[in-house]
This record gives sequence, structure tokens and C-alpha cells, in this order.
Amino acid sequence: MGCRCCWCIYFQFGCFLHLLRFYFSKNSMNSWFLFILVILYLGILFFIAYFAEKKRGSFWLNNPYFYSLSLAVYCSAWTYYGSIGVAAKSGLEYLTIFIGPVIIIPTWIFVNTKIVRISRVNKISSIADFISLRYGNHRTLGALVTVVCLFAIIPYLGLQIKAISESFHLLTQTQNSENIFFDNATYVVLIIALFSSYYGTRYVDASEKRLGIIAAVAIESLLKLIFFIILGLFVVYGVFNGFEDLYKQASQLPDFEKLNTIAGLEGSSNWFLLCLLSMTAIFLLPRQFHTAIIENRKEKHIKTAIWLFPLYLLLINFFVFPISWGGNVLFADQSVNTDFYSILIPQKMGNQFISAIVFLGGLSASISMIIISSISLSVMLSNNLIIPYGWLNTFKINSESDNSKNIVNIRKFSILILIILAFVFYKYLIVENSLFSIGLIAFVLIAQLSPSFFGAIFWRRGNFYGAVSGIIAGIVICYLELIIPNYFPTWQFYLKIDYISPIANTFFWSLLVNAGLYCIVSVSTIGNYRERNFAELYVDINDYIHNHENAYIWRGTANISDIQKILIKFLGEKKTEQALKIFNLKYNISDESDTADARFIKFSENLLSGRIGTASAKILIEGVTKEDKISLPEVLKILEESKEHISTNKQLREQGLQLKNLSEDLQNANENLILKDQQKDDFLDSVAHELRTPITAIRATSEILLDDDEMPLEIKTEFLENIISEVDRLTEIINDILYLDKLEAGTLPLQISENNILETYQKALKPLKQLMEQKKLHHTEINLLDDEILNYDEMKMIQVFQNILGNAVKFTPEQGIIQVKFRKKEDQIRISIFNTGKNIPEEDLEFIFDKFYQSKNQNIRKPMGSGLGLAICKKIITAHQGKIAAKNKETGVVFEINLPS
Amino acid sequence: MKKILIADDEHKIVMTLEYAFRKAGYEVFIARDGTEVLELLKEQIPDLILLDIMMPNLDGYSTLSEIKKTEKFQKIKIIFLSAKTSEKDIQKGLEMGADAYITKPYSIKKLSEKVQELLQEN
Repeated sequence: MGCRCCWCIYFQFGCFLHLLRFYFSKNSMNSWFLFILVILYLGILFFIAYFAEKKRGSFWLNNPYFYSLSLAVYCSAWTYYGSIGVAAKSGLEYLTIFIGPVIIIPTWIFVNTKIVRISRVNKISSIADFISLRYGNHRTLGALVTVVCLFAIIPYLGLQIKAISESFHLLTQTQNSENIFFDNATYVVLIIALFSSYYGTRYVDASEKRLGIIAAVAIESLLKLIFFIILGLFVVYGVFNGFEDLYKQASQLPDFEKLNTIAGLEGSSNWFLLCLLSMTAIFLLPRQFHTAIIENRKEKHIKTAIWLFPLYLLLINFFVFPISWGGNVLFADQSVNTDFYSILIPQKMGNQFISAIVFLGGLSASISMIIISSISLSVMLSNNLIIPYGWLNTFKINSESDNSKNIVNIRKFSILILIILAFVFYKYLIVENSLFSIGLIAFVLIAQLSPSFFGAIFWRRGNFYGAVSGIIAGIVICYLELIIPNYFPTWQFYLKIDYISPIANTFFWSLLVNAGLYCIVSVSTIGNYRERNFAELYVDINDYIHNHENAYIWRGTANISDIQKILIKFLGEKKTEQALKIFNLKYNISDESDTADARFIKFSENLLSGRIGTASAKILIEGVTKEDKISLPEVLKILEESKEHISTNKQLREQGLQLKNLSEDLQNANENLILKDQQKDDFLDSVAHELRTPITAIRATSEILLDDDEMPLEIKTEFLENIISEVDRLTEIINDILYLDKLEAGTLPLQISENNILETYQKALKPLKQLMEQKKLHHTEINLLDDEILNYDEMKMIQVFQNILGNAVKFTPEQGIIQVKFRKKEDQIRISIFNTGKNIPEEDLEFIFDKFYQSKNQNIRKPMGSGLGLAICKKIITAHQGKIAAKNKETGVVFEINLPS
Repeated sequence: MKKILIADDEHKIVMTLEYAFRKAGYEVFIARDGTEVLELLKEQIPDLILLDIMMPNLDGYSTLSEIKKTEKFQKIKIIFLSAKTSEKDIQKGLEMGADAYITKPYSIKKLSEKVQELLQEN
């Protein structure tokens, strides 16, 4: 199945390239053709996303390389076109954007692991949630962060659309149409918007992982890299005669020397500041936060990302320099937009194929950026702005299904609005500015979040007022220095260091003021106890990771039933009940009392957070509870105690449990020992018996063969064959005994992973198909599962299926029926394997899973086999916390396996 | 010609016994479980039965006690052939009235001698 799909992609892609090559034998490029190409390309992406969503459990989606590649969403169209433009015009400055991340990425192993943990335990779904939760979970701060992100990213999105549109027109050599309805680029943007809003909002819970989108982005990252390298090779070896030739020609250009040195103090301060800027960007850009934190499925994936992602950045930058200088040489006496050298060079050389590939690479870069950014922004927009400020009352009244629908619609609507806003920005507000500088402005705006962001995880004293005043001051400075001069060129701002570039200058001053205010205001105002609570939880997340609900301080009166009513509004009756059950199980709560404690409050907030954001969750829960004020010193005291408590309590509880278990164990030990002894004896007897039977046959057959010289050849052959088959039987018995022993001793632990149960069944069925055909058995499968992905040990599950199917094949008369049914039953997955063989005597039903069990009454021939098959099945299923049973039906026998879902 | 009935559900064991005793000049009948033994006894009265104990449907013990109920079967010699080897099992088999109890695996030669010996007693 997987194979067929891969093949399908491969085929589509093959056709696609073939079409490209065929078309480019001509010289000009028709805009409709290019449009269709784009649609086709998007079609492949849709398909990848669709396929990935369907195969959520599959191994190739869950490997760390997909995670690492998806991080390359960092390389937007800006990298593809902009950095070449910068390298051509301003020399080495473009490198800072990549050097910064490469320097800081190794710290991910510590910092991002921490952030991933904080986000996971608090069900955080965006950077706005992350920051606002830490500073007391105020909706104001969440909204502020969201607004900063919107102001920074919408122009940045506009930039991507600009890149798509301009490269499109450049390639087709058409004019940008004033009427947007006649501009093909408009429709490309529209399709991207639909794609994002469809795949980006599949889950009501925004902290869910979006596998489809991430898979598509990862594949795009790979493609844009490959396409870029093809372009690089083309320029170096196709246009020039290798690096040496290129260098020789470029070094004769007048400004070569000047552009390729870091000029003195001015240059190096610029470099330093821009590196610092991109270091903050790799953490804070909403798309980076989304791919690196929210979509992180396993902490250990970070380990792969810290080498693979820098390697990716190195590879994609390797050819920037040769391409830009190649362009400078080729267009030395023409004035062209250096940003588009990557399309202009192949075009000039008459190679339409390469320029189309570059266009697609750029398109990939833009699309991934647009999709991930618009998804993360839409989550912020809905969870931190629209819902907390306008929808909470509606949610309180409506039913769960209405609420879920509304939440998803709000997000869909947000994505569409964002992309349309970006489009409007590109069409009507963009001031002639290179791709690079608009990108950098976005970086500087986003960097304003860095004091409160890094403060959140490293500094306990940082508080709400500090964070808000810092961010607002930083943003104001950015606007005064960077944005306003774009529209009013005469404006002058007085914070200036003359020798550094405007962007670095703004970054320096805004961040200085921002961080300064953050620190000063934080230490001079008294924080709220709630934020101090979260400060502890954030800074010391590694201590609290297993017990985070205990670290939440809350005192007051609250009823579980009231909170439950709120939960039902968002999760529905069934899921709420399930969640409560999990809560009770986790904290060992059995009493029926209706009083909610701090743990329950935090647990409930977490349940709502993914859907409506942390701030709204808090507001809703606050609405039905009455919280007592606690003073700050008291909170600190409780926290200090609880820190000790968490560890001592845990130890005490564990010790108590151990003691209790120990005494129970001792009590049972004697009986067990006696019973075990008896069982061991019985087992050994059975083993001996089972071994003697084939040995008897071998012994007798060999004896006859030895003594009898006149035996006819065919009998002799048959006897010799019997010896072999009996030896095989012996081996099988011995193997099964040892295997069962290992299973029982626990030396063969389960290798649990996510698998598709239907696929596993198919694997088990395959070797038995021939036998079934020989007996003309009809095999049918009925699947009533919505989700076929389960956690289990696949190899062992195959054994279970094979043992049961093997018996079924043996005992079903010719032309009989074997039918398997997969369905969900009371939160369990039930797999029933039915066959039309004769009934098992009722008194035997419960014993057939015993070792070497053979019915005294079975009116069927003893099956070949070790007599351990079903015992092994039972062991494996029990180890999975499941149950297996055999039942008689009117027309046959059914084996039912129940697995926890 | 003396008649021997072999009762065992293990096909490959039956094959060897059948071959060996045919060759030694006996008339051989085969039953695959206790019920088949009783069925067969309605038509044929063998001189000796080689009786396995652990058989489906009707095991060797029950078969033997059924046989012992009928007067005209009293002369039939019974040898238990069994993979049950404990003293207790052997004791039980002999007490039930078997003429011999031979544990698996056995030597065909020795088994033949035992058969011959038992049949000569008559």
C-alpha cells in the first residue's frame, strides 16, 4: 500500500519533469503553462499532505529527519532570491542571517528541550501563549504578542507573495497586471490560502501535531535545496568554467574587493548585531516556534536537528556567493534587479528548464513560509485575540459541536484574512524595497519579544509589567526608526550610532531599551503570585516535568461538577468523562467528593488551552470557581515546600507502596512457591510428553530403516521424510518453549511503536494465503475502525494473528469461511477472527490458552504444532494489557482479541 | 495369522508399527482413537491391542475399561504404549488390567519380542 503511494508520487513527479523538459525545448514560456505547472506542483503537495495525514503512524513520518527538514522553513523566498541580491550588492552581509542560527543552534539541546517540555505540559500552541502564560496568563500580554507578530509577519508574508508574483512575471515575461482578477499570481495565492486553511485547521486542539503540513513542508525543503544546488552547479559549471574561472572574472569587477571584506569596526559591529538579530529570529519567528516547538513530537529529534539543520543552511548557502558574482559578471553593464539573478542567469543563457526549476524552488520556499506562518498566526489570532476578546460568552451557551465548529471556522477565517491582508500589503502598501530589508525589519520587530521570551525561561523575577513595558517601548522605537522613514523619508530619529546600518542601529537601541525596561520594571514592581508560580514552573521545568500539576498553586472553592460543565462545552460528554477518568487514575483519586483541588484546576485549564488558548481557559475556569488571594511570600513558601514535597512525597509514597507490596508479596510467596512448584512439575511433564512423541516416531522409523534391507524405495523415502518432519517438530517445540519462557521471564520486552493494525494483519495473513486457497477457504475482512493506528509490538502481534489464523485454517473444513472484524468497543479495539470450524467443547473454552493443553473431548484431530501457540498468544496479548478469548458461535468459533485503544 | 490392533493418533508412529508388524506376519488393524477401537471391536476381535493413552475423544484408560466390561474381549492382550513415564502412570495402567506398559520411545525389536511373548502365552 505504502509502496503504491510512493510510486504514485514518483510517477506524478516523473510526468511532471518530463512535461517540463518537453515544454522547454521551445524558447518562450507561456503564462498559462506556468500556471498549470504551479497547480500541478501544488497538487503534489496536497497529495503528500493527504498521504501523511492518512499514515499518521508510519515510521517514515515520525523520523527526526522530517522534523529537521521542516525547520528549513526558515529559508523563505528571501533566501532564494534576497540573499543573492544582498551578496551581489552588499557583499558578505547576507551570511549573518545564517551564521547567527548556526552559532546558537547547539544550545537547542538545552533551551529548546526546556521550551518543548514547558509547552507540552501546558498545552501551549503558540509563542503568544508561551509568553503570556509565563507572566500570569493575562490575555493582554497574549494579545500584545499577537499584535507584534501580526505587524511583523504580514509584510513578511506580503514579501513572499511579491516574490512569487514577480518571479512568475519575470519567467513569463509578462507585465504585472493592475487588475488583480487578471493576474495569475492572485490565483496562486488564493490556492495557497485554501490549502493552508484546510490542512492547518484539521484539529480543534491547536496543540495537536499537523503531520500532513509538516510532511509537505519537509519535502518542499528538500526540493528547494536540490533545485538551488542544481542552479549553483549550472552557474559554476554551465555558465562558467568552474569556480576558478568564475572567481577570476569576478575579481576583475571594480567593487569586488570592497564587498568581500568585513570593513573595520563599522562592518564588524554590523556583523555582530545582525548575527545577534538572526539568533533571536531562529527562536522567535512564529514559523520557527511552530515547527521547532509545537510540532516537535519527540525530544530526541532535537538531537538530530542540531547538526542536520546547520548542515542544511550551509548547503543552501554554498552557491549563493558564486551565483551572485556570476550574475554581477554577466550583467555587469546592465541594470537589473539583483534579487532575481537566480532566474535571470538561466534565462539569459536560454535555459528555460533551470529557470523554471528555480521558480519552483522559490515557490516552495514561499509556500512553506506562507503556510506555516499563517497557521501559527491564525492560532494566535484566534486563541489570543478573537476568542478571549469576543467569543467566550458565546462558547458558554453553545453546545460542544457548535463550539468546535466555531473554533475551526475562526481559524480558517483568520488564515484567509491574513493571506488577503498580506496580499493587500504587497499590492498597495509595499514601498520599493528589496526583499532583504523587509525581511530584516520583520526580524527586528519579532526580536522585541526576546527579553520576555528568554527571561521567561531563565529569570524568575521577570514580571508582567516588565514584559509589557519592554515590548511596547521596543516596538515604538522600531516604528519611529524603521517604518515611518519608509513612508516619510524626511523623518529623523535621534537614537543613532553613525557607523552602523539603520537596521542594526534600530535593533541595538530598541533591544537595549526593551531589555532595560524589562529588567528595571520587573525588579521595581511586585509581581502577581500567579506569574511567580509559572516562573518557577518555567525555570525549573526539568524538576517538575513529571509532576507539573502538583506545582500549580491554587486555593479557593471550586466544584468539579461546575468545571465539568465547562469542559463538556468544548470536549463533549464522552471525552470529558474519559479525561476525568484519566485524572483520577493518575492521581489515585477514588473518592466521589465534588471539591476540585489545584491539580484539577490546572488539568482542566490544560484541556481547554489547546482549543481556546491559555488565557481564555483561565478566564472560563475562573468564572465557575472562587479563588482566595494568596500573598506572594506565601506562594514562595508553598513553592519551596512543594518542591521538597514533590520529591519527598513521591519517595514516601513509593516507599509506602513498596512496603505494602512487599508484605503482600511475602504473604503470597509461600502459596505461590508451592503452586509454582506444582506448575513447574506439570509443565515439565507436559514438555517431556510432547518431546517423547516425535522422538518415538524418529526412533522407530530409524530402527526399521536400519534393520530392513529390502524395503521398497517409496516407503523408505516416506520414512526418511517422516524423520525430517518429526525433527522439525521437535525443534519447533523447543523453540516455542524457550520463547514462552523468555516471555514469562520478561527478558523479551515489548517493542512498542505506533503501527497500523490492518497492515500488521495483512503481514500475518500473507504467508497463510496459499494454504487458504488450497482449502478453498473464503477470507473476508471488515474494518469499522476510524483510527487504525495503535501502539503495540508489531512482530509479536503478527505471531498472535498467525497462530490464530493457522489454527483457523487447520480446523475450518474445505470451502469454509474465515472472517476478521476490526471495531471499537467501549474504548477498546476488538479484533474478532471467526471461522466455520466445529465448536470447541464448552468446558474446554477457558483452558485452550494453557500450555500444551489438549482437549480430552476434542472431536477433531490433534493439530500439528507445539501446543504452545495459543499460550504464546495469550502471553503477548496480556503483556499489551489486552484480553483474548475464544467463543463458540452457532456456525463456528470466534477468537476475540481486545486491545486498549 | 494373529491380529494386532494399533490405536494411536500419531500417524507417523502408527506407520512404523504397521510396517514392522505386517512384515513380521501379523494382520494389522488401525484405530486413531478410543472410539474407533470400540467401533472396530464390533467386527473384529484382535489378539492384541497396542494402546496409546493420550488420544482424542476417548483416551487409552477409558478405552481399556470399556473393553474390560465385555466378556468376549477378556482374552485380548493389551499393551499400553505411552509417553507418560512416571511410576504412578505405569502403576495405574497395569492395575487397570493391561498386560504390559511400554514407555515411549521404545525399541521396535523389544516391543516385537514382548508382543510375541504375550501371544505365545495363549
